[in-house]
Amino acid sequence: MSATPSYNFAYLDEQTKRMIRRAILKAIAIPGYQVPFASREMPMPYGWGTGGVQVTAAIVGPTDVLKVIDQGADDTTNAVSIRAFFAKVANVKTTTHTGDATIIQTRHRIPEKQLQAGQTLVYQVPIPEPLRLLEPRETETRVMHALKEYGLMHVKLYEDIATHGRIATTYGYPVMVEDRYVMSPSPTPKFDNPKMHMSAALQLFGAGREMRIYAVPPFTKVVSLDFEDHPFEIQHFSEPCALCAATGVYLDEVILDDHGGHMFVCSDTDNCEDRRAAGHRGALSGEVLEAAE
Amino acid sequence: MYVAVKGGEAAIANAHALLADRRRGDRSVPALRTEQIIEQLGLAVDRCMAEGSLYDRELAALAILQSRGDLIEAIFLVRAYRTTLPRFGYSRPIDTADMLIERRISATFKDLPGGQLLGPTFDYTHRLLDPSIAQGNDVAEPLTAEADHDRAPRVTDMLGHQGLMEPDLGFNHVPQDEVGDLTREPLQYPLDRDLRLQALARGDEGFLLALGYSTQRGYARSHPFVGEIRIGEVEVELDIPELGFPVSLGRVRVTECQMVNQFKGSSKVPPQFTRGYGLVFGQSERKAMSMSLCDRALRARELGEDITAPAQDEEFVISHLDNVQSTGFVEHLKLPHYVDFQAELDMIRTMHAKHAAENSVQEAAE
Amino acid sequence: MDTNTLDGGFADPVMQSQTAFRAVMDSLANPGTVQALTLGLTPPSSLSPELAAIALTLCDHDTTLWLDRDLATDAVLGWLRFHTSAPITSERAQAQFALTRDPAVLLADFDQGTDLYPDRSTTVALAIQSVSGGKTLTLTGPGIEGSITIAPQGLPEDFLAQWAENGAQFPRGVDLLLVADGQLIGLPRTTRIKEA
Repeated sequence: MSATPSYNFAYLDEQTKRMIRRAILKAIAIPGYQVPFASREMPMPYGWGTGGVQVTAAIVGPTDVLKVIDQGADDTTNAVSIRAFFAKVANVKTTTHTGDATIIQTRHRIPEKQLQAGQTLVYQVPIPEPLRLLEPRETETRVMHALKEYGLMHVKLYEDIATHGRIATTYGYPVMVEDRYVMSPSPTPKFDNPKMHMSAALQLFGAGREMRIYAVPPFTKVVSLDFEDHPFEIQHFSEPCALCAATGVYLDEVILDDHGGHMFVCSDTDNCEDRRAAGHRGALSGEVLEAAE
Repeated sequence: MYVAVKGGEAAIANAHALLADRRRGDRSVPALRTEQIIEQLGLAVDRCMAEGSLYDRELAALAILQSRGDLIEAIFLVRAYRTTLPRFGYSRPIDTADMLIERRISATFKDLPGGQLLGPTFDYTHRLLDPSIAQGNDVAEPLTAEADHDRAPRVTDMLGHQGLMEPDLGFNHVPQDEVGDLTREPLQYPLDRDLRLQALARGDEGFLLALGYSTQRGYARSHPFVGEIRIGEVEVELDIPELGFPVSLGRVRVTECQMVNQFKGSSKVPPQFTRGYGLVFGQSERKAMSMSLCDRALRARELGEDITAPAQDEEFVISHLDNVQSTGFVEHLKLPHYVDFQAELDMIRTMHAKHAAENSVQEAAE
Repeated sequence: MDTNTLDGGFADPVMQSQTAFRAVMDSLANPGTVQALTLGLTPPSSLSPELAAIALTLCDHDTTLWLDRDLATDAVLGWLRFHTSAPITSERAQAQFALTRDPAVLLADFDQGTDLYPDRSTTVALAIQSVSGGKTLTLTGPGIEGSITIAPQGLPEDFLAQWAENGAQFPRGVDLLLVADGQLIGLPRTTRIKEA
């Protein structure tokens, strides 16, 4: 039998880390541009966040505090699994509190709590190319970025308006970074797009299967694409969180029965818990509901 | 009271425990050992090594056992281990003309120097289930002969000497200092043939089989003949600069397929035969043949042929042939997408409401 | 082999290169901020410990490295080869990383990247006299909230003109790391600089 497998700090070997680190530095220097990198096979499947995991593994150090969220929640199975992976291979301190984390790895959300200078948000990205579903060929889309030729994207958004009377893209809504590169924010709801603009945190994006890393440095202009007569707008929920009564946050719909009964609760579980700890109560939080049981 | 579902560590741990239980199965049945897999499921081990791109029978067998026989999962396990291995250097090219041959057939020449050797093939077996295998009956020792150490020249080289076959590395080959390695450098399309062959060698057998098949049915017809298939062991040698001579690292078993295809010629080159090349770890003719069909189809650009079929489309083929990538992205659809779905739900409801409002206005007007 | 060649590298390569990388990353993500880069390296004398730290953190046999003539002594080349395995190139335009302390350095001579692959440009690490005490410069651009000032000493005389030229070809262009006395300032190609 071959030698028993043993792994380096943060799983990746040093040569791989250097390769990823070099890509991260160039990504920061060219905001919104997708840097190709020689993504490695990771011990979790492609699609589970291998790009984000590689970025986190390349930057994480012993003094970091890591938070991992999936769909905004710390307790979804994949978030639990990735957090456990880093606790094991990097012995890193983990947290669910947004404010305590130095690195936050995320799938599909940006935390509600405003991020601070010194924090790094690492996005897991399935399809880094914002033009990919309009033009499947990398050889074509790369030229479009080089020429800043984004007519295809505007045509798509405009066709939406012609067909539906509105831009029908609700997540993964494309943004323009520093007036130069059109970038995919990853499949976050467009609700989160404004949080990317002039954020104090460093935002890094890792796409493992597609082998791309890109970045938005702190205090960088990130503008959602729109038209003068159809300005960009985010989702609004008609009711507050049923647990903490928050408004102006992104909510998950939870089905309560098979007669259409449903409720809305915070997607960001940490923010919701914080609010409840501070005494905020929603319509269906504990005390109110007990009588109904 | 509403309690949010906690995915949690407990659920994951329990799932892992259940998976381990199902993998082991009925405890009264003896546990499989990796030696049994290596010896008796050798072709599964070979596929795992080929697509895992790591030549290690023990690890491949362990992966097959651990994955409950799911070969793509086993390939993934091997890949995830391989990616962490340090790289000491690049071996010399293996010399398949110097192969210790176990099987060698040509469909283009009835007899040829070195002869035809049928070897361990299913080709002429009658596919009748054999109950004696289930009973573990003894198997007779096969007849063997001393290995013939004469070099068996490759059919394509014989054609090449007559000027009827393109040069070994193609018409427009520009010598490179180094061969590419897609596991170390991100791919940049269009690819050179070295990288394309590496991608094909690691590619999913089923995907390449279907694509190769499509070229036979008119999607990029290339008039293929099996010039030669050979299976056997070759020496792997590494140059050690300090020593000044190559050191043998051992032997690996490979399957090589050289497909001979028509080429109608161009303004610079007279009509002649061209090559499609396939090489895989272990014994897998199906994969090596499919690979050589795909390799030839993907040379359309280089040979100035029209690109009309999926098998000729480099970005399409190379981007989708890796089963670890494909299975990951297809299967990731089962991960939670509540947030994006909520966004879509909201949009559909808004559009529904608008539609209903418009219709009621219309009805009122009618 | 000279024992000096073997000595003076990272005592704990895994952790120290992580620390150094974060300093470089933070410097480029927050242009104008001064990051600490003290890792106890003792390279052969003409190579500063800061330049050494950048090379050991980011270079290996996959990256080409260029050094200016003064730096490229046998001792330094041997030391870098041993500690990084990086191929050393004498062509500026081939270099992925450049180490220099030459105040007459010309940024335009390095690899500027291409329109298709602007990431393939040289990262230039320039050792200067000090990251402070010089003429005040005002920086704006991504990574900077409003503006920030720096006052490095020992920049090329025509630095502002060179930097404006570098920025004008965005997305192409080099990225610059200024180092001195255990400190680092990062200047990505996006940073705009003018005299205060």
